[in-house]
Amino acid sequence: MREVDRRGKYSRRIFLQGAASAIPVAAVASSTGIGIDDAWAADATTLTPATLKTLVKVARDIYPHDFLVDSYYITAIKPWDAKAAKDPGVKALLEDGVGRLDRDAQDRYKVVYVQVPWEADRVVLLQGIEHTDFFKKVRSDLVVSLYNQEELWPKFGYEGSSAEHGGYINRGFNDIDWLPKV
Amino acid sequence: MAKFDLNDDGVVVIVGSGAGGGTLGNELAQKGVKVVMLEAGPRIEPEDFVNNEWASFTQLAWTDMRTTSGNWRVARDFANLPAWIVKSVGGSTVHWAGASLRFDDHEFKVRSVYGNVPGANLQDWPTTLAEMEPWYAKAEDKMGVTRTNNIPGLPGNNNFKVMEAGAKKLGYKEVHTGRMAINSQPRDDRGSCQQIGFCFQGCKSGAKWSTLYAEIPKGEATGNLEVRPNSMALQVEHDASGKVVAVIYADEAGKMHRQKARIVAVAGNSIESPRLLLNSASSMFPNGLANSSGQVGRNYMRHMTGSVYAVFDKSVHMYRGTTMAGIIHDEARNDPSRGFFGGYEMETLSLGLPFMAAFLNPGAWGRPFTAAMEGYPRMAGMWLVGEDMPQETNRVTLDPKAKDSFGLPVASVHYDDHPNDVAMRDHAYKQGSAVYEAVGATVTYPTTPYPSTHNLGTNRMSAKAKDGVVNKFGQTHDIKNLFISDGSQFTSGAACNPTLTIVALAVRQADHIAGAMQRKEI
Repeated sequence: MREVDRRGKYSRRIFLQGAASAIPVAAVASSTGIGIDDAWAADATTLTPATLKTLVKVARDIYPHDFLVDSYYITAIKPWDAKAAKDPGVKALLEDGVGRLDRDAQDRYKVVYVQVPWEADRVVLLQGIEHTDFFKKVRSDLVVSLYNQEELWPKFGYEGSSAEHGGYINRGFNDIDWLPKV
Repeated sequence: MAKFDLNDDGVVVIVGSGAGGGTLGNELAQKGVKVVMLEAGPRIEPEDFVNNEWASFTQLAWTDMRTTSGNWRVARDFANLPAWIVKSVGGSTVHWAGASLRFDDHEFKVRSVYGNVPGANLQDWPTTLAEMEPWYAKAEDKMGVTRTNNIPGLPGNNNFKVMEAGAKKLGYKEVHTGRMAINSQPRDDRGSCQQIGFCFQGCKSGAKWSTLYAEIPKGEATGNLEVRPNSMALQVEHDASGKVVAVIYADEAGKMHRQKARIVAVAGNSIESPRLLLNSASSMFPNGLANSSGQVGRNYMRHMTGSVYAVFDKSVHMYRGTTMAGIIHDEARNDPSRGFFGGYEMETLSLGLPFMAAFLNPGAWGRPFTAAMEGYPRMAGMWLVGEDMPQETNRVTLDPKAKDSFGLPVASVHYDDHPNDVAMRDHAYKQGSAVYEAVGATVTYPTTPYPSTHNLGTNRMSAKAKDGVVNKFGQTHDIKNLFISDGSQFTSGAACNPTLTIVALAVRQADHIAGAMQRKEI
């Protein structure tokens, strides 16, 4: 049976954005826990780097996939900056939402959201705001902005567009080989 | 190419270009009748189709504002998207899966066979399977349905093979790759299936039948059919004698036009068709056109639906090949010993990764959800489609507040599950899971109904004018020269996919209309 190469064709490209940073990646206690460099957040025009980095953490906690590096979540969250620039209502929604999460985190765990070390504990905080407009809007946007990234599809064994490859008639549409004989 | 004058009152005006309207238009044109076909959407051709779920949805889907209510989960998860249907030339025949099944005999006489089911507005059709058989045969030939007309069945893909293996282990007998309007070999100047796997995004090979490229161009070639895309029908006008005389529609720029008509056939699918009749209310018809019965908009059916996805320890790659690749037909029988009237089909289904994320469990998040998503390459899936009960309170009405860009009330769709629907769905989930568990599924996911792809019943057929909107030819009881040509005619939903029946009815209706025109009855 023809399997799909999980590495995909694009794994190098997404790491090339942003300037090389002088700060070593392994900064410890004050780190947001987000890998690679944070230059992408400094490029934002409207939302603060801290807000954006919190949103990326929230995004991963909403749809956690351990085999996906941060860049996929960053790609999914980045467009909120442009939306916030165009609409002050969006800016307020996101900043108030993140502010509320950070306050809940301080109350419960004595640190801001991104510094709560265990995912399970952060999920408790998200459950607390599950019915807010902030959470609903972020999640419903994320289900498209995350899973609609073509670069991510091979990781889930999905091959995307097919017609230009002649369909699957010669590419294993019926090559399953482990079923019992009927 | 034909071009008819707005003041030509000799034309038949058809609203909608899908399975009903598109077929009717071609059939009438072949008989020498002049037809103006108004399609609300643009004309998107196969070379424009995209193998990308969200991009295709943006291109093809009907996303005009609608509102919803009722206990169906769609009203909560997709409050303004009660239906996933197409707004472009070809209508929902552009994105349908191709399943082409005939009704069973009892499905035309549900009131007689099921009896009086409390809460259900059951009624027999004013026609029978025996009457419909010649029209079904014509439709199957027209559409090139596999396993009819010496057309071989399609080959089974991985997703089908998993379902087939499980089905046979459970003892199911009627398991095959379906009666599909998809060419298994070249036919009707269309190529054979390339197993592209994006059937729901428009068939780029043309192997799947669609009025867009299999009916409408033939009609246009006669010189008797003019298709006007980007033409949104707003109102149907009548004269003092109560017969319809014109259709008001808006063009792409929003400018209104008035096309005169000898006959009007409404085929805008089951949400827009009643909406058009209701929005055409006048002092003579205060409850909307053809609504003396009060049934316009009522008895909305969307089929009992649901899906089961299952994950295995080895790869399936279910997205490879036709989206609907086979069927288990055994449960479509009527067998009240199972705890419900009517039956359901089990048909393979696949979604791509983006749509799986959106529809597997709308609103769900966290590790239980992402664990399911990570099973994607090892996932098989089926869609369960069965007969839902018509209820008078399930209905399309004019929303009291929301209006479209022309100031007309939008459609509001109310739906509550009937206990029969719930019992059937629970049974179907159990059986679907059992099929997959029989061949080693490690986890199964009963999946909630999607925004409705089957929309039926809102201008139902009836023998008596007080019980419905149209007669067995789709002719409205109240207005002789006003017809309904889409699935809103259905008196019952049956277990099976509706398109073959819509096409068969349209072929029959064309025959009736042409004859009545010749006899100067309309």
